[in-house]
Parts: sequence; structure tokens; C-alpha cells
Amino acid sequence: MAAATKSTAGSGTKSASRSRGAAKSAAPAIVEFDKDQELHAYREMLQIRRFEEKAGQLYGMGLIGGFCHLYIGQEAVVVGMQMAKVDGDQMITGYRDHGHMLAMDLDPKGVMAELTGRRGGLSKGKGGSMHMFSKEKHFYGGHGIVGAQVSLGTGLGFANKYRENGNVAMAFFGDGASNQGQVYESFNMAQLWKIPVIYVIENNKYGMGTSVERSSANTDLSQRGASFGIPGEQVDGMDVRAVMAASQKALEHCRSGKGPYILEMITYRYRGHSMSDPAKYRSKEEVQKMRTEHDPIEQVRKRVLDNGWATEDELKALDKDVRAIVAEAAEFAQTDPEPDVSELYTDILL
Amino acid sequence: MPIDILMPALSPTMEEGKLAKWLKAEGDSVTAGDVIAEIETDKATMEVEAVEEGTIGKILVPEGTDAVKVNEKIAILLEEGEDASALDKASEAAAPAQSAPAGKENAEAETAAPLPAAPVSSEPADDPEIPDGTPMKSSTVREALRDAMAEEMRRDGDVFVMGEEVAEYQGAYKITQGLLAEFGDKRVIDTPITEHGFAGMGVGAAMAGLKPIVEFMTFNFAMQAIDQIINSAAKTLYMSGGQMGAPMVFRGPNGAAARVGAQHSQDFASWYASVPGLTVIQPYSAADAKGLLKAAIRNPNPVVFLENEILYGQTFEIPDMDDFILPIGKAKVERTGSDVTLVSWSIGMTYALKAADQLAEQGISAEVINLRTIRPLDIDTVIKSVKKTGRLVTVEEAYPMCSVSSEIAFQVQEKAFDYLDAPILRVTGKDVPMPYAANLEKLALPNVQEVIDAAKAVTYTA
Repeated sequence: MAAATKSTAGSGTKSASRSRGAAKSAAPAIVEFDKDQELHAYREMLQIRRFEEKAGQLYGMGLIGGFCHLYIGQEAVVVGMQMAKVDGDQMITGYRDHGHMLAMDLDPKGVMAELTGRRGGLSKGKGGSMHMFSKEKHFYGGHGIVGAQVSLGTGLGFANKYRENGNVAMAFFGDGASNQGQVYESFNMAQLWKIPVIYVIENNKYGMGTSVERSSANTDLSQRGASFGIPGEQVDGMDVRAVMAASQKALEHCRSGKGPYILEMITYRYRGHSMSDPAKYRSKEEVQKMRTEHDPIEQVRKRVLDNGWATEDELKALDKDVRAIVAEAAEFAQTDPEPDVSELYTDILL
Repeated sequence: MPIDILMPALSPTMEEGKLAKWLKAEGDSVTAGDVIAEIETDKATMEVEAVEEGTIGKILVPEGTDAVKVNEKIAILLEEGEDASALDKASEAAAPAQSAPAGKENAEAETAAPLPAAPVSSEPADDPEIPDGTPMKSSTVREALRDAMAEEMRRDGDVFVMGEEVAEYQGAYKITQGLLAEFGDKRVIDTPITEHGFAGMGVGAAMAGLKPIVEFMTFNFAMQAIDQIINSAAKTLYMSGGQMGAPMVFRGPNGAAARVGAQHSQDFASWYASVPGLTVIQPYSAADAKGLLKAAIRNPNPVVFLENEILYGQTFEIPDMDDFILPIGKAKVERTGSDVTLVSWSIGMTYALKAADQLAEQGISAEVINLRTIRPLDIDTVIKSVKKTGRLVTVEEAYPMCSVSSEIAFQVQEKAFDYLDAPILRVTGKDVPMPYAANLEKLALPNVQEVIDAAKAVTYTA
């Protein structure tokens, strides 16, 4: 834990300097955001945070069933990547997917209504928390089998190359999934065929209840592509600026035909693995330390205030805005009817 | 003692081949390892090496001879010190020639002693999908599959094929022969041996709108990838509320080949057929293979297309028309009959049709239905026939438990209970892992006699 915490405590380049493999790539220096970027990042991350807090509440009220994996703490990863990508670049991820969908500009009402299993949900209530998609927004799910999205995301990148459309696929997965066999089958093919795909390892330090140290022989996950010659780097995933800079570099690498790239985002989830996880495998102090010292949203907030780009009151108003959007989504998700029973047998075959 | 040189088997399923060329002449001396001849099958050309040293005494099969059976004597090798006079003795000794052990045809040939009975009708039926007067041509199943892929790839640039050895090697079973030359390596892609990874990649490409044909060298290896086939390909359309699915084909040989043992001899039809979101096809003839593979490639859903290695080299008549396509989910009545309905598919059809012939000689008229598609199951065609015959026997090579036969029997009792005059019987592979020993393997698979016995049992003529 200490090592991982250290890497987020310092600058993103600190851990990257512990170079081991030839493919190890130095993280770019932090590029300061301008006012618009800071405020955009702040709002996007805040919306994910407030949305997830609300989802947690609704789960507690029994309105959301089954599994519900919250993204709280990891917001900078998806927002920083979203800020770096261009239109048409695809995202695909595992089951901790609410943040990705909001960052990909999917309607919060549709996401929340899917969590409650209503007809206005993005998958008409038939997918649930783990399974949402949007062809229009280039979001390809929402997958419940750990690691499956890595091969699928490689296929999205393959389609980009086949069509020569210049787009890049971003396949998100966790430190836990990084030990799955098909991840390496995919790495091999992606590098062999120079597929434009970024493998984004969201290392939140625990695969469910098992820490990276207890599950992984080599805990520097950015080097998991070394034997294939895939460049990789560790990124301070709590700093949205570091994420965006690293993502731009990786996107450029992929877009220029050099093949895949690995970004290990050092991040942290504040909540348990899912709503039913009391997270007894880590100390309250550990969580508290991350929240107070490295919170991705607080970092931006502080910079905005220090630079005089917004006042406390203006940020409060922004927060109120976001809360209203989330409240509206929650209201919709509770009043929207369940799917018509006729939907049981639709969407099985075209 | 002169040594017989026999026609070798180049693969587990080879039954005969062409003796293309002799590289040694009578009187030439050879040492072990020398290439003495070249032989060809529909799949490949191979060299025959001498395994002993000596002198070629006599060439029994001239070069250019087609259809030389495996284990047929093709030449005689004289050992050191022997001369041509030894040849005469050799031919006497060889008189009780070895019977060829390879291939299933032999297993099927051992059938019932003919019983005298008035021949009845079990007539070949026309395929309603083929317009009257369409000219026909001969095609192997292998060629039909290749032609189906080539035609669809010409028609649609989004169709591509990927798998192990599909490109430069021309296919482990030569199904993709010639495709690389025509379509290039962008669309005919050799993958590493990573079924799970490339199946998932194929599904991802399909979700992005391409139309992959993912070839598994055999479906035994597709078990490595079954998560992606079921959890990703089959379910995405539903999970996305209809927004995106996986328009693609998973294809390759399925079921038992010959003498390849337990891990390479399993029919997975019932596994895939139990999954909503998948379409499952098992062709029998070359026409089935071509018409249904083309339909599968055009289908917007994930299709599991289960071929059979034994059938690859078999030749059938196939309609000679521009764009021959068969409807998915429709069975074909291959023979019309009145006493008993035999339902089968894929290689099971070879037993069912032979049984129907012999049953006809014994006065039992069998209707034979070729299912063609397993899911969706054309139960209506089966029911219609059962209503006519009152008796049903299913024939397949898969294990009996939870088999496609089980499902057919269930649906028939549910929908045509009052029409049944006898319990439904299944002829299936036995409930054991496939043994290697030739005699045990033969026992583990169904045979024609079992089909005849079942038909007689349900018609109470046993």
C-alpha cells in the first residue's frame, strides 16, 4: 500500500522514474489546466461523485437491485481521458461503469433509470447497473465478466484499423482483471497487428477484497505489456491533469499507427467493491488519508479557488446545479415505469 | 521376405487418395527416409517415405491412379539378397488382403442381414428451396463452405475471416483455401493460438459493426472461448436494449472425427443451442453448407456454425446458381415415408439415410428429416411428419444426456402426444468420453443398425 500511496502523493512522474523495462515510458510533465479546463473537469467529476452518492442512497432504499459498483474516488481517470479523446474514440469497461457513461455524455436520467430497472433506462431496464451501451456516444459497455472487455476493446480497435478511421479504442479494466489470461492474448495480438487501443488499468489497489500485493507477482502493472513491447506508464490517477496529459500522449501513439499503449492509473475507490462490501480488508485511516490528501475533486477545487477562477459561492452554485441534475435523474428513475412485460422477449435476435 | 508398401493415411479421416507420382522406379534401391512417391488427397499433397531399405521390386499401383484406398498395397520392396522370384511368393502370402481399418464408412457397412420383405417407398424429396429446373453440379462440403465465404466476402467488405492457420496455411482442414490470395491479409487473418482472445476480439469488432467469421480449428478449442461466445456475443443485444449486437459467425468442425480421442471428439450443439441469442446450424450436405453459411454470414445475429470433419470431403449435388441461400430455421424433408419419422442432422444423416434404405427393403417406410438448423428448431416440420407416421426416432452423435434429441422428444410429446403410437427413441453417441481404441470408438458412436433397430422397435416389427 505504501508504495502505491507514495506514487499518488508525489507527482505522477515520480513512480515512472523507477524504470524497469525497455518499454517503460516516462510520464509527461503535468500540464497546468486553464480556467475552462479546470471548471469543466470539476463539474464533470462532481457530477459523477454526486450521481454515485445518490445511487448509493437509492441502493440503501432498495430501489436498486443486485450489484452496484460505485466509482467514487476514481473520477479523475475517466474525466481526464474524456478530455483527451476526440469524437469517435470508443470506450469500453467492466462493471464499474457509471462514471464512464456520464463522462461519455450519456443522459444521467437514462443511467439512473437503468440502475432502478425502468423502461427509460439506457438498456430499457434490461441491462442493469453493469450493462449499458451507446452506439451513438461510442460507449460499448458495461461488461460483467472480469477481463472480457479487454478482448472486446481490442476488437473495437481492430475495427478502427480495418476501417482506417483514425479512431482509438480505450479499454478500461482493473488491477484484478490485469491477471486474466485473455488480457495477455489481447496484448499480443494488439501489438502484433498494431491495433489502436489504449489499455487503461484502473489500479484502485484492490480486486474486490484482495490487494494488488496479494494477487500480483509484479505490482507495476504498467509493465504488463513489456514482453510484447507495449509501452506503458504509471499515472497519478487522482490528478486529472496528469491523466489528460498521459492520455493525449497515448492517443497520439495509437493514432499514429504505433499500436497499443498501457496506462496504469494509480487511483483509489473510497467505497467497497460493491454496495454489499463493508471493506474490512483496509483501514479507515487508509481511506481517510486518500480522501483528505488526494481527492481528485478537492485538488481541482483548491486550484480554482487559489487562482481566483471562481468564488466559493460560485462553486456552491455549481454544486447546486449538479445536485439538481442528479435529483432529477433520481426522481425519473423512481417514477418511470418498469418495462412492459412484452419486453421480456424482445432484443434477443434481430 | 518382400515387404508390402501400403497406401498411407495422411490424416485421421482419410479414406482414399490419389497416387500422384512415383519418385522411384522398379529396380531402384532405397534407404529408409527416401521419398518414394507423392500422394494427394482433397486436402493436401504429401510425400511417402520408405521405412525400410531395399529395392523396389514391383510397383502395383501406377502413378496417376485416383481413389487408392488407405492400406491398399501400392508396391513391393525386396530386401537385400532377394530377387524378383520372391515377388510371386509375396503375392500368394498377401492374398487375404488387409481390410482397411480407417474411416467410418466401414463401421457403417456392417448392417443388418437383409430380410425378405416387400420394398416400400422412402423417396428422395426435392428441396423446395431450389427452383425447379435448376442445374446441379458436384461439390464437396469443403468447397461449398469455401465458396460461401468467398461469395459473401466479395459481396460485403465488412466480412472478414480470422482464426488459426486460415490464411497462409490455407486452413487446417483447407476450408479457407484460396481466400488469402483473393482477399489479402487484411481480410484473411492468421491468429495466434489464443481462442479466448481472438474470439473476444471478433465480438468487439462485430459490436463495432464489422461481420467477422471466426474459425475455430475445432469446436473443442472453442471451449477456451465459450465465455465470449455466450456472455458477450449472445447477450449484448439484450443487455443493450437492442442498441448493439454481434453480427458474426463462429464456425469450424465439431463432433467426432476419427481416432482423435476424448478431447477432440465432442459435439457441442446442445450446449450452444440452449442459449437465447445464439443461432445454431449443423449442415449435412454441401448444399446445406453453402446455403446456410451464406445465410449465417448475412444474419445480423451471432451464429454458431457447427461443421463435421468427416463430411468435409464428401461430394454432393449442389444447385449451380448465382446466389444460393437457404433459410435459417427450416428443416428439410430428405425422404418421404409413412411408417416412421427419422430426425437427424449433420453426420447423423448418413446413418439415417442408410437406415431408411435398408428399412425400405424390409417393408418399413421411413420419412427422413434433416434439421439443418438446431436453434431455432423447426419443430413444426417434425410434428407434421409425426402426425403422419406416429413414430419418431432421432439420430445424432452427441452424448444422450440433455441432447438435442432430448429437446426434440420433449417438444414432440408436448405438442403431438396423442399422435404418438410408440415411445420416442434416441440413437446417440454413448454416454462415455470418446475412446481411442478403434473397436471401442466404433461402439461409442451410433451406427446404422442401431437406427434400424430403433425404427423396428417403434413400429413394433422387431
